[in-house]
Amino acid sequence: MLYNEPSPLEVKVVTKRFGMPNSHSLDAYLATDGFKAFFKAMQMTPEQIVEEVKISALRGRGGAGFPAGMKWSFVPRTSPKPKYVIINADESEPGTCKDRLLMENDPHQLIEGILIAGRAVDAHKGYIYIRGEYRYLIEHMDRAIAEAYGRGYLGKNIQGTGFDFDLYTHSGAGAYECGEETALLDSIEGKRGIPRMKPPFPAVVGAWQSPTLLNNVETLSAVPAIIRDGGAAFAALGTPKNGGTRMICLSGHINKPGVYELPVGFNLLRMIHEVGGGMRNGKKLKAVVPGGSSCPILKAEECDIPMDFDTLAKIKSMLGSGGTVILDEDTCMVRFALRIMKFYAHESCGWCIPCREGTTWLKRMLERFHSGMGQKSDIPMIGELSKNMLGRTFCALGDAAAMPTISIVEKFPEDFEAHLNGQPCPYAHAAEPVFA
Amino acid sequence: MADLINLTIDGKPVQAAPGTLVINAAKQVGIEIPSFCYYDGLTLQAACRMCLVEVEKTPKLQVGCTLPVAEGMVVHTDSPLVHQSRKGMVEFLLTNHPLDCPVCDKGGECELQDMTFRYGMGESRFLEQKMHVDEQQWSPVVFYDKPRCILCYRCVRICDEGMGVNALGVVNRGAVSEIAPNHFDHLECDECGMCIDICPVGALTSGAYRYKTRPWEMKHVGTICTHCADGCKTTLGVRNNEIIRGNNRDRSGINGEFLCVKGRYAFDFVHSAERLQAPLLRKNGKLEPVSWAEALATVAKKFQQAQASGGKFAVIGSNHTSNEENYYLQSFAREVLGTNNIDHHRTGDVPALLDALSGKTDALATSADLYERKAILVIASDLAQQHPFLSFQIRANYRHHGAHIYTVTPGPVREQKYAVRSIMTIPGRELADVELLREQLKAEPELVIVFGDAIKGDAVHKLVAFGASLGIPVRYVCLVDYSNSRGASDMGLAPNHGPGYQAVAEPGLAYDEILAATDLDVLWVVGANPLKHLDLASSRAFVVVNDMFLTETAQRADVVFPAASAYEKSGTVTNVCGEVQRLKAGLQVMGAKPDLEIIGLIAKEMGQDIGIWSPDKVLEEIRTNVRGYNIPLPVIATGGAAQTTPVNGHVPLSARPELIQSARDSLFTSGSLGRYSKMLNSVLEGPGGLYSEERP
Repeated sequence: MLYNEPSPLEVKVVTKRFGMPNSHSLDAYLATDGFKAFFKAMQMTPEQIVEEVKISALRGRGGAGFPAGMKWSFVPRTSPKPKYVIINADESEPGTCKDRLLMENDPHQLIEGILIAGRAVDAHKGYIYIRGEYRYLIEHMDRAIAEAYGRGYLGKNIQGTGFDFDLYTHSGAGAYECGEETALLDSIEGKRGIPRMKPPFPAVVGAWQSPTLLNNVETLSAVPAIIRDGGAAFAALGTPKNGGTRMICLSGHINKPGVYELPVGFNLLRMIHEVGGGMRNGKKLKAVVPGGSSCPILKAEECDIPMDFDTLAKIKSMLGSGGTVILDEDTCMVRFALRIMKFYAHESCGWCIPCREGTTWLKRMLERFHSGMGQKSDIPMIGELSKNMLGRTFCALGDAAAMPTISIVEKFPEDFEAHLNGQPCPYAHAAEPVFA
Repeated sequence: MADLINLTIDGKPVQAAPGTLVINAAKQVGIEIPSFCYYDGLTLQAACRMCLVEVEKTPKLQVGCTLPVAEGMVVHTDSPLVHQSRKGMVEFLLTNHPLDCPVCDKGGECELQDMTFRYGMGESRFLEQKMHVDEQQWSPVVFYDKPRCILCYRCVRICDEGMGVNALGVVNRGAVSEIAPNHFDHLECDECGMCIDICPVGALTSGAYRYKTRPWEMKHVGTICTHCADGCKTTLGVRNNEIIRGNNRDRSGINGEFLCVKGRYAFDFVHSAERLQAPLLRKNGKLEPVSWAEALATVAKKFQQAQASGGKFAVIGSNHTSNEENYYLQSFAREVLGTNNIDHHRTGDVPALLDALSGKTDALATSADLYERKAILVIASDLAQQHPFLSFQIRANYRHHGAHIYTVTPGPVREQKYAVRSIMTIPGRELADVELLREQLKAEPELVIVFGDAIKGDAVHKLVAFGASLGIPVRYVCLVDYSNSRGASDMGLAPNHGPGYQAVAEPGLAYDEILAATDLDVLWVVGANPLKHLDLASSRAFVVVNDMFLTETAQRADVVFPAASAYEKSGTVTNVCGEVQRLKAGLQVMGAKPDLEIIGLIAKEMGQDIGIWSPDKVLEEIRTNVRGYNIPLPVIATGGAAQTTPVNGHVPLSARPELIQSARDSLFTSGSLGRYSKMLNSVLEGPGGLYSEERP
């Protein structure tokens, strides 16, 4: 099982079974409070479940941080249409690698969370949409689902409660865009993965035109703990309006990269130095991508902050999906911006003009710039073109490409200037940058 | 009506119905919000982002083409931010655009060009190399030039939603996404060319038009397509007496943006090398070109001789010629030649329908009814093949209004895809199968019944009785084949009735009887080709033919007059729904004359007066003399369609309904005209049709 050394600073809620022998098996799960929350939920009314999730102040872990309880309450439970629970396991954000660990180490926790969600919104079918590149995980998840069916934790009349639920995995085909919830729905319906117009929101008109609850793997994995121990206990772990813990995927130039479960609001500098074991090779910190490649970058001096949605929003960045990337002083920010833009240009679905044309233009411009063929006027133009995308694209992919780029140009102009006049990249001596 | 919503756009107060999109609300007060992907009637796309507007109290720019109006909304479409945004979008669009306007077919009528002119910047900041993709040919009529494509998906949507063909899609992603045809490297479709006309840029170009001219070098003549009976308006682009293209990009006329392969491309028969350009006279057994004077004199003399000797005359008219010509021709036959031996190839039992509807009002459907009425029943016709516009209307009705469609056809038809219930019938059982729908139809609030030539004679009366028994308002369309089949019937090209279905005292010979009569002395065939299928029994008959081409009938003729096509003359035609529209002459072809003029010249040569041969003058006569044709002139003069009002009384019925027979033309054939259209013959592919087995 993929898992790094845990840190003593972690507060283990969703990852509490990580590292246990056979943590992925149903036996191990049942031996450690498994499915207790499910039975408890069966005794509660759907309204009580939703209320509990609201109290927990659980916010979506996929990146947008939408309050989960509120999302659940939007699903019209009394609609005559079938309702679906769809799990977004299309974890594609560069820097983020938590959902795979959850599915690998504790698949039954996810299944239990899905059942509780199903109970809350009166859904009896669920689909786990797993990114195509996680092929091994699809098989792994299928085995866990088969085990749950075999032991009566899925299927008809689950454990005699009278509750029916069928769960399936569905493979993505290699498109970042399909992590966007409505594109995911199109993809699951067998169409080209293109985002849909909102409203209507998936809660009302989702998969196959039916009410659909769409949640991230980590969000639903937190649900059993919330129901079992109460929403208030979960909320208390974090900051107000930011309940519970977060899985932080620490990567980049640090000594102990890995996935750590930390309370929401954990200080970023402590994260680097105490959890992540400090900067690699004793280098100086240059910048941090707080929550995955789409978040505006933080300069070293901005990093003494608690990591929660609201604080990061205040300094115009985002907590995103928890992919925290640490960059040291040897990082070429032009190359870093290029690497990010290469990703988005490759992943842009092509639906709307600003994202389709903008990302590709910026990628080629940054390529030219990094090779020493840049002009001084390119520097403000990179920011300007990004702003022409920002907030004007059909879905958030364009924003995801624009936001880090704008912040990099604004915060590290000296790196750009150093590439002017045909000069070679001043960081050419440094090790490969992250994501390379 | 629901209360109107009040909002402000650029300081102007606007009232709009709930659900109105901001882009349309702005249009109401004369404010244009630019857009590429928004196209009225197609699904919303919000992909081009040109229509972004500022809405007060919302942080981001909003998409004008998908945002419904809200009470108290304050919209700015002219603010510096909006302008900056548009400038940015145009700049993005032009990054990989080849900027080859000087050689692009769209140059001059290109939406991207216009937007760049109005909202773009003066200079290009794009220093990278443009991505190039070679041009692709998908069919004889459709070419795709990827670098010009802005991916607005209008083509994909019109093909899927509008046509129900779904032949276009998108492949790849990001900046290398492109439109792709349904069969790897080529299209197998209706070849309607809707995708080309709807393309806002020069990405999809027409095989018939490309690299031939610039839009401003043409005269644009709005006239009526001369092929099927649907009567679509087509705008001919004419340069130097040559039709370069047909389209309806201005969405005027009853058909909006719709045109099928024939309306858009099959005008080229006009310029066929086989067009007759001088009268032909049989000399020593061979047809030889002669002067008009000689040909007219010969015919007049022959007519007068035959009259003097009490000879037997017969006239066969056309269902392509104008109402004026048909009226004039029957006047000539009845008044000058003194015969009721006059007929045309009848393709639908219109008289039976009018008779059955005696005493009813509002019982004839217009083409707009097919788009608006709540339920449609199609009996025994493959509309997508024979009446592509009616089929388009029905699809649009289903899409926009959720109309209930029912079909009773002897084979698979496209309408089945949208139908609530489809019955596969066998010829002769149509009415029995319609009866199976009774309960469902009774529950509909209203109904339009569209029926083909399988329902004729008594069956029409039975069908109307069935409609009346449903207890709901029912309207009917009796399908006929060609551009003026309906008009030919209305104008009295029939042995048993004159114009306006006035009974004649002594009915003459019908179509097949004329050809079978062994004692016929003179046969005059105007724009028809009866000898293609039947033989002329009378070997002594003197045969005069007006035609564009040396058809089978013309080859038998003693005199052939070169006739003008519908695109070369003025007048009116009546479509399948009884809507009268105006033909406008777009060009002149050397040597050919309109049939109206030919008839007039013969009359004059014979010293007879049947009125002057001006289309307007004859139309005046028609309006006075033909029941139902007192149509408002301003409507048709301005390019509109005026439905003829039903006769509303019993009309003389044909004793022999078996004569009524559709020619079963497909989407890619058009009687004898189709033979001379190179373009039409080049696209003979398409997804099967007319109940064929291999239809997908």
